[in-house]
Amino acid sequence: MTDTIWNNNPEITDELVKEHGLTSDERVLMEKILGRTPTLTELGIFSVMWSEHCSYKSSKLHLKTLPTKAPWVIHGPGENAGVIDIGDGQAAIFKMESHNHPSYIEPYQGAATGVGGILRDVFTMGARPIANMNALRFGRPEHRKTRHLLSGVVEGIGGYGNCVGVPTVGGETNFHPSYDGNILVNAMAVGLADQDKIFLSAAAGVGNPVIYVGSKTGRDGIHGATMASAEFTEDSEEKRPTVQVGDPFTEKLLIEACLELMSTDMVVAIQDMGAAGLTSSSVEMASGGGVGFTLNLDMVPQREEHMTPYEMMLSESQERMLVVLKPDRVKEAEAIFRKWDLDFAVIGEITDTGNLTLMWQGEVVADIPTQPLADNSPEYDRPWVKTEPPAVIDPESVAAPNDLGETLLKMVGSANLSSREWIWQQYDHQVMADTIQLPGGDAAVVRVHDTDKALAISTDCTPRYCYADPFEGGKQAVAETWRNVTAVGAEPMAITDCLNFGNPERPDIMGQFVGAIDGLREACTVLNYPVISGNVSLYNETNGTGIHPTPAIGGVGLLKDSSKMVTIAPKHEGDVILLVGETTGHIGCTQYLSIIEGREEGAPPPVDLELEKKNGDFVRAQIQNGNVTACHDISDGGLFVALAEMAMASGMGINISLDNGDIPMHAYGFGEDQARYIISTSPANADKILSAADKDNISITKIGTVGGTSLDVQDAFTISITELLDAHGSWMPHYMANET
Amino acid sequence: MKSAVVTFPASNCDRDMFVALEKITGKTPHHIWHQDSEIPDVDLIALPGGFSFGDYLRCGAMAARSPTIRAIREHADRGGYVIGVCNGFQVLTEMGLLPGALMRNASLKFVCKTVHLKVENADSVFTNQYKQGQVIDIPVAHHDGNYFADDETLAELEDTGRIAFRYVNKQGEATANANPNGSQHNIAGIMNKRGNILGMMPHPERLIEDAQGGTDGRGFFESIMNKIN
Repeated sequence: MTDTIWNNNPEITDELVKEHGLTSDERVLMEKILGRTPTLTELGIFSVMWSEHCSYKSSKLHLKTLPTKAPWVIHGPGENAGVIDIGDGQAAIFKMESHNHPSYIEPYQGAATGVGGILRDVFTMGARPIANMNALRFGRPEHRKTRHLLSGVVEGIGGYGNCVGVPTVGGETNFHPSYDGNILVNAMAVGLADQDKIFLSAAAGVGNPVIYVGSKTGRDGIHGATMASAEFTEDSEEKRPTVQVGDPFTEKLLIEACLELMSTDMVVAIQDMGAAGLTSSSVEMASGGGVGFTLNLDMVPQREEHMTPYEMMLSESQERMLVVLKPDRVKEAEAIFRKWDLDFAVIGEITDTGNLTLMWQGEVVADIPTQPLADNSPEYDRPWVKTEPPAVIDPESVAAPNDLGETLLKMVGSANLSSREWIWQQYDHQVMADTIQLPGGDAAVVRVHDTDKALAISTDCTPRYCYADPFEGGKQAVAETWRNVTAVGAEPMAITDCLNFGNPERPDIMGQFVGAIDGLREACTVLNYPVISGNVSLYNETNGTGIHPTPAIGGVGLLKDSSKMVTIAPKHEGDVILLVGETTGHIGCTQYLSIIEGREEGAPPPVDLELEKKNGDFVRAQIQNGNVTACHDISDGGLFVALAEMAMASGMGINISLDNGDIPMHAYGFGEDQARYIISTSPANADKILSAADKDNISITKIGTVGGTSLDVQDAFTISITELLDAHGSWMPHYMANET
Repeated sequence: MKSAVVTFPASNCDRDMFVALEKITGKTPHHIWHQDSEIPDVDLIALPGGFSFGDYLRCGAMAARSPTIRAIREHADRGGYVIGVCNGFQVLTEMGLLPGALMRNASLKFVCKTVHLKVENADSVFTNQYKQGQVIDIPVAHHDGNYFADDETLAELEDTGRIAFRYVNKQGEATANANPNGSQHNIAGIMNKRGNILGMMPHPERLIEDAQGGTDGRGFFESIMNKIN
């Protein structure tokens, strides 16, 4: 360290440290690592690296317990995204990430940059992104901000994804008052790479040049990671300047330029500049490789004048990457980026010091050992209390509605069960011409270009279950993606998780987190469905009120023969409808109870994972044998809503006769028992399926046939498909036009 | 049939167009980079969809001033075939090769869905493998597909059979409901006077195999092949 460093440096007071979100203990740890008082730039670097968002300090103790391995997992958590083997030397690379805090403050840019960031995580590893998905939660529809937030988020996702030319193939959108003050925007990207062309971030080779490519650095997004690590208060909207601005045009050029670069053998390591920008990318690359970086900040392409080292290191300007090249390949690499009209600057080199050393105007402005900065970050075992699961509600105790048909119409026309067409029509879901199952089914399906294979993708979580019982809710979130991927005929492979919770410093919230992780772990273990990437978003609270615990799961499955895929739409009149799984009329925590009775009570449906696996494996085998013409899993809204969705998707009627025994029809029809599927099949194949089920000891019942123009359930209701479509399709357009 | 696909910065349907041409013609198309002033000798040049130059000035405006444009214009002047799909259509209007302009959708929102199109003139280079009046299904995906032209131009397009495709309902009627973007006269695709240049907003290249949900887009490419071979 030279003496000059201290000259232009403010005094590092306790107050300044606190403003940077570091505790006094964390200050002690920081100064121990440095062996002295930090400079302002160093304080900024520690502040973002040790923010909850970047360091996972409250969650990592628990995250370590999740299963992350399987023979088909090539890279699990720890890289930019997870990687699985999909055969033929190919790999699928995917991750889901939250962009909640910025999206609430500035919905268009918050959502757009969420998409941009997750795409970079995927193409940084050498993958061409082939699909975008998302999981969105908004406050209650009546809340004064919901319409504006929904409209902005959807436009932002579309605006970015459509321009970069990656199809947005599906997702889920829910409304609940617990999100009134904190919406959730979780974006997932899936990419495709050759297994021998996967790039990692660990830097190597003393003397190798460190290259900056992409957009210039501006003052946008400074402290974004810190913002995402604190609760909101009334004045949070003043944080608008911390929201980054996306430029999908540059991202598209960056994708093409990086993939062109990575098709050569010039790259040693590559990392995108995500949260905490230049800081986290350089620290992760250096610490990952056990080397040091010397960066000359005067060489960083800058959008604004007079930027300080502090600002440059904390900027979250978008569409930037850091690359370590092999020596003597700089000119070749530069030509690629010049062709794509992108900035390209050699800003430093690899050293053997293990330190991140920053030079600016001839002075050293920071000199931090990267290994302890990255690896010795604080880790907390926060106190937590278990969420006591509520009592199971007896279906008999819930009064029957006067008219089951009217009830079904009300359900399919409700905010949470109505059609999302208004949303997905704003996303280009077909660009790349490989989308073979459009939004609206159980899982989106995209072909692996130029092969017979396809990937099935689904994002799921039922936050009201997680709130009532985080453990069962955590299991259910995993099981539902597994079921959705199964229902199109795919083999579930792995998940990414995006864990959205309130303030972890509150023991009840921490208890929700721990419970959900326990549930995730159990489900992933039994279903052999590991977690390969993910993200944690805490402090989703406003003025002390937290969101419902929302561990959103993105599941990916492989269809080796995409021609075997099925959709939820029955294909032929006269086909037989079979119900797989046990129906007990579980009414607690259901959409029925919420929409019709206005109650959110009772234990959620328990998830029997062994049964889940048995029923799912059976259904998938039948689909892959070609015996099934359509399949739909039963989830929100139960059997009646699932049947209505199948009839609406095909435009053909379904005639059902149920043996509900002692269970009241409304509980039988709207209950949300898990591990269930509805399948349609030809009469000839129905017998084959029934005898196979008998052999495998699977609970299966023939409940009806396809035909006519109505959904007809004997002794319950007859509703024309036109009426169903009208109720289902009209809620969101009317709501967004301010007509509800 | 020899063909080439142009790539501008942030074209994003160039691969889809390339694949469709390759599958249907059986011949690998050429690539044209927006800075190429020399272009290969081909029968057809395709300007694909996307967001050339980010659509930041006006859709297609900057692409229409790329170095390669002069060569494309010369190809067209020689009677060579040119198609522009989506952003490509916008580029053709910005180049002045097709009349009118494509404005922001009437809904002000991006729209991605499969629409019904009526083949208004089955006697053209681009439509001869369809039947006159046939209703086909083709996806649209755009923010700025609202076709506008002055009355005189519209009358001329109508009177000279230069409207290739119109947005219609299942029954083939050009209703307001069937119009996804507010285009005048429900216009989805038009041709130039000479009949060698076509621009359309819908994406025929996205519907050429059963797995994609249909094959109604094939006829478009097969029509051009039919004229060449």
